[in-house]
Amino acid sequence: MKSRDDLLFPPGTQLLGKWHGRRYRIIRRLGSGSQGTVYLAREGGRKVAVKMAKDRASLTSEINVLKNLDQLLGEPLGPSLFDSDDWAAGGRTISFCAMEYLNGESLAAAMRRKAFDWTAVYMLQLLKDLDRLHRAGYIFGDLKPENIILLFPGHTIRCLDFGGATRIGRSVREYTAFYDRGYWGLGTRKAEPGYDLFACGMMMIYAALGREFEKSDDGRRQLFQLIQAQSRLAPYRLVLARAISGEYVSADQMRRELLRCIMDKKTEPAMSGRYQSKAKKETGQWVRAWFAASLIMTAYILFVYVYMM
Amino acid sequence: MLKKGTLKQILLITDGCSNQGEDPVAMAALAREQGITVNVIGVLDRFDSEDGRGLKEIESIAASGGGISRIVEKKELAQTVQMVTKQAMTQTIQGVVNRELREILGDTETVEDLSPEKRGQVMEVMDELGETMDLDVCILVDTSASMKMKLPTVREALIDLSMSLAARMGSNRFCLYLFPGKRRIIQRVVAWTPHLENIEQVFTKISSRGITPTGPAIKEATKSFDRLSRRKTRLRDEAYDEEQG
Repeated sequence: MKSRDDLLFPPGTQLLGKWHGRRYRIIRRLGSGSQGTVYLAREGGRKVAVKMAKDRASLTSEINVLKNLDQLLGEPLGPSLFDSDDWAAGGRTISFCAMEYLNGESLAAAMRRKAFDWTAVYMLQLLKDLDRLHRAGYIFGDLKPENIILLFPGHTIRCLDFGGATRIGRSVREYTAFYDRGYWGLGTRKAEPGYDLFACGMMMIYAALGREFEKSDDGRRQLFQLIQAQSRLAPYRLVLARAISGEYVSADQMRRELLRCIMDKKTEPAMSGRYQSKAKKETGQWVRAWFAASLIMTAYILFVYVYMM
Repeated sequence: MLKKGTLKQILLITDGCSNQGEDPVAMAALAREQGITVNVIGVLDRFDSEDGRGLKEIESIAASGGGISRIVEKKELAQTVQMVTKQAMTQTIQGVVNRELREILGDTETVEDLSPEKRGQVMEVMDELGETMDLDVCILVDTSASMKMKLPTVREALIDLSMSLAARMGSNRFCLYLFPGKRRIIQRVVAWTPHLENIEQVFTKISSRGITPTGPAIKEATKSFDRLSRRKTRLRDEAYDEEQG
């Protein structure tokens, strides 16, 4: 394997695009992954994210996906693509693309920092985006907290790294073992919505435990036992079980069930008793109102019935 | 542009240097001559202590076999095996596409020389080919003494590879050789098959010996592809042969 610091350049380095002639000045490094390095750079008056690839094929296919997604209407699903080009850097050619710079923190960092309840909210947002991505004919593939960004300001999330995005029906391009249903023995690596939804389930498990873990002999049983045992996951057991066993056919279906779980969630016993009794009283009132409403309805129907006769 | 043929690969998993029989680098070149790509994965261990000879051998085998080499730790094996196999497929396809491009556009043009826009379009075609072409992989596993502890991981990685490739639209075939084998220096333990599933027993009865006959193993693997094409012409009906020709 080639050394990891293959694509390291100091701040101030100038990139000149071979084909489109745009100039970029590196401000600082944003991150490195197995496929390449991303820099914050300045082009003219604006800040952009420049992604340099170790593997050209992977970058080219990511660019293809981003181009297709750019044409979708509505809220953007990923960063906008500005430019893709080659840079002749001291005897070798490096392929790169310039994307919209999204300021924020990775979902992985946010999950560590924030209360677990937030995770379910992020998942709702993510599932909405995934539903649109799936409808556009792609799955995200390498879905994990590191590939999702929580934007500043506000609490919106956005998918960031589309290197694993795969056309539905093909074999998944890139994945990470922990979030891969194939690794856990719970499905194939064929690109279908269920593949991403499994990863969503694993993200919730990851957030609840605060760590990844390795597979034992029977991955399926291990995950199901975990869902049962973790008290934080208790409100979401049903959704998680269904996501992990691949029962959901669409992200929207999972989203609706997750939303119901969140809304139905009982206030935790750790909260003060006052809130709890209030909640109970409220439900009591609801039941009474319901009862009254159905009584009136029945009377009305009876009345109409008799009248018609 | 490209005929829907079969991609042929040899995947060699080893942890050290060959010490018996033919030169593995020459044997890899021989395989390449016959349209077979040789990929090598070194499972880290012995490379640390040695003088870099094993490392160099691994790179040389892959280079002369037109394939990819990677040195990995045990826990990265599964991910690497499937990544190397897929990247080598793309590389082979790209090689063919480059030859075609040169024929059409002249000497210097390759996919790398195209503008990003055109490259994107060519990439879509190559993706499609990688997804739909048939693939034959002959797997060679070094079972010399030092590999013994790593074999369960190797087994897992191979099952994982089979699953990854099964998600493709094209069909796959695998066969598995161990070297040194129990009685012979190289032993075929799984004949050509579409899935590598029941290979648990294969790795249990292994006698560890000190020899590492990598060269003879690559030669034997190359021959296994002949056997496959002979079998194909014998078994398939004439319509298939016409399609091939």
